[in-house]
Amino acid sequence: MSISVQEVDFDAGAEIAALSTGRDDVGAVASFVGLVRADKATEAKVSAGTQSAGAGETAFVAAMTLEHYPGMTEKALEAIVAEARGRWDIFGVRVIHRVGRLLPGDRIVLVAVASSHRHDAFAACEFIMDYLKTRAPFWKKEETPGGGRWVDARESDDHAAGRWNPD
Amino acid sequence: MNVKILFFAGLREALGVGSESLDLPAGIATVGALRDSLAARGEPWSALATTKNLRAAVNQQMVGLDAPVKPGDEVAFFPPVTGG
Repeated sequence: MSISVQEVDFDAGAEIAALSTGRDDVGAVASFVGLVRADKATEAKVSAGTQSAGAGETAFVAAMTLEHYPGMTEKALEAIVAEARGRWDIFGVRVIHRVGRLLPGDRIVLVAVASSHRHDAFAACEFIMDYLKTRAPFWKKEETPGGGRWVDARESDDHAAGRWNPD
Repeated sequence: MNVKILFFAGLREALGVGSESLDLPAGIATVGALRDSLAARGEPWSALATTKNLRAAVNQQMVGLDAPVKPGDEVAFFPPVTGG
């Protein structure tokens, strides 16, 4: 199974190794691992809403809870991987996204892509992450000393996803 | 046949409910019209009208508010996604 949505942690090294196990045509594996950051001060300052930190305050994230839309999440990730396969010449793809309560330093997401050459592996990996950020139904809620706060979507993520479709 | 409606994240918390099932009201043919009819219930349902950049899905596919909705569909409303 190339896509997993799970509460448990993953072994990125083992997942990457598995993409080339038993085959000799893989020349490149590109991977991305996303982690929970403790300090989200910048985002907290610019966000609107009563639960945000005020200007100049620093909101340290004590923990984070990932919610998702079971059923749609898997379909959305499969569609994103299928789109990547149509754009680049890639072999195996592994996507793991964790849900539930995570602590700073915990791994959230893995995207790993195997290909013959680095260009397709790098591009497909970045594409899948950019699309995941804007199209897969996950939501982050941060726990800070000031209370819980849903993370605001970022325009920069929309721009990152949009650049794959230049007009 | 009923329409199953799901709510997620901050919207689910604001409404105090994660899902409901209802008969599609007469004259409601789009996701946006369904959203408006729910929001018209008053507090806390107006959150459906005030959520910034509200997103919707029909049968687990992201759609625009002008997308059609019919009996038997699963419709979801949620804020912009923030995974990864």
